[in-house]
Amino acid sequence: MIPILDMVTGPVGWLSGDAPSADRVLSTRVRMARNAKGVRFVGKALPAELESLREQIAERLMETEAFADGHFVKLAELPILDRQFLLERHLVSHDLTGDAGARGLVLAPDEKCSVLLNEEDHVRIQAMAPGLQLKASFEAAREIDQSLEEKIDYAVHDELGYITACPTNIGTGMRASILIHLPALVLSQRIKKILTGIQQVGLTVRGFYGEGSEVVGNFFQISNQVTLGETEEETLTKLERIVEQLVDWEEKAQEVLLRDAQLQVEDKILRALGTLKYSRLLGSQEMIGLLSAVRFAHTLGLRNVPPIPVLNDLLLRCQPAHLQRRAGKEMTSEERNAFRAHTVQEALGVQDVPSREG
Amino acid sequence: MKCQRCSDKDATVHLKEVSGGELREIHLCESCANEKGFHLVIEHNKLSIASQFIWMAENLYPESSGKVGAVQCSGCGMRYSQFSRAGRVGCEACYDAFQPQLQKILVRVHGATRHKGRTPGSLGDAATAVETAAPPGPRISDLREKLRRAIQNEEYESAATIRDQIRELERETGRPEEDA
Repeated sequence: MIPILDMVTGPVGWLSGDAPSADRVLSTRVRMARNAKGVRFVGKALPAELESLREQIAERLMETEAFADGHFVKLAELPILDRQFLLERHLVSHDLTGDAGARGLVLAPDEKCSVLLNEEDHVRIQAMAPGLQLKASFEAAREIDQSLEEKIDYAVHDELGYITACPTNIGTGMRASILIHLPALVLSQRIKKILTGIQQVGLTVRGFYGEGSEVVGNFFQISNQVTLGETEEETLTKLERIVEQLVDWEEKAQEVLLRDAQLQVEDKILRALGTLKYSRLLGSQEMIGLLSAVRFAHTLGLRNVPPIPVLNDLLLRCQPAHLQRRAGKEMTSEERNAFRAHTVQEALGVQDVPSREG
Repeated sequence: MKCQRCSDKDATVHLKEVSGGELREIHLCESCANEKGFHLVIEHNKLSIASQFIWMAENLYPESSGKVGAVQCSGCGMRYSQFSRAGRVGCEACYDAFQPQLQKILVRVHGATRHKGRTPGSLGDAATAVETAAPPGPRISDLREKLRRAIQNEEYESAATIRDQIRELERETGRPEEDA
């Protein structure tokens, strides 16, 4: 086992729940795609070229303040389970689970900042933060970008700005996204209309895991689609306004629910909490839905509810690779479901689960 | 190829891993991959956003798609047909090689074809820039395009004004553009 991964098994900094609007907005992420001038992109470059680029950039990054106590990992040296573990922590992207090639990851200890090397683009800078913190995340990513810029000539086009392997990222190369929880809008069935509207103003809505993933548990990832023809500031401002608008609509939908159906809604929440506390087998999707319901209790103002950081941490730790790493072995989906139920009970401090032992 | 785990269904999920210094290939069917917890990989195999846009752009302008497939980038050797399958270019020069086609894709994705944000070297303090972002003034490349059009339309008076604006901007940024 690679020792570095033992250092990243704790909670992640960007899900601490200690931030503005953290009851509704779980996390913020700003990612910047960059490429080195004169080096072909990942599909066309020679492995040796990419490896030497990787070493050069990683060395530079490790000199910066952001990564002073950081780690550098070569993805090909990790077993698939560990790569999937990094994927679940939003540190690598989907296709890293396949051929790892010359890919690398430079990671800050709190995991808020990371740089992915030789993935779709040569450089993917990522800054994450809990709650709604678009500007702070942008500045964190920008700082890393600037320190790289001093040492590496980026591929920049006169008219098109920062060049990226995929035309959907060209221009600023910046993708800002927030993960937001909108249970009242889902319950009141207004969400579809709203999300359609969002897509018309140049934003994209995705599920919990980003591109290609499904929406589960009323969690939505909202990000800018447009990277060309807008300044970074314009993109961030637009996203921030939409998020504020969504929070506003969610609050109004919540008021209506409380007025018309308080007992029914609270009943749903308490039953969800009951299932989390007392079950033998807990599926991944099911758990996310139940955690969503319990999270809703916070914004509805109920007391004596498991705190948000505990709920966030369960979303992270109960994913398949996290469970298997903790158990120290590969598990079938039924074994995982049993272990997940146990992990949830432990985190919620349930002592009196009926059992055959003791 | 059959799934290595159940030996029953066809393998549709292909993974490579290095363990103990050796490369191991794993081929699984969708349900076995799911069972092993590789559900995210499967989701990724669905059509990506980029390929949807490429597909749209090509089907909106079908008259040209046959010929352009063979267009090749001199920088990396990629053909347009390869790009349109993969959704990713091979090098920075591809953007010039496939310019006419990419232009259509960029318009569909971004509604724009010209960068407006930062570029290396033109960077102030990021923190203050965010707070005090002023609406961007005219850019040299924009003005150049206007100049070109003015000359084309034989509007020499306005062309002279635009030329002066370009010169002034170049002085301000201290960066006369290479090909000026």
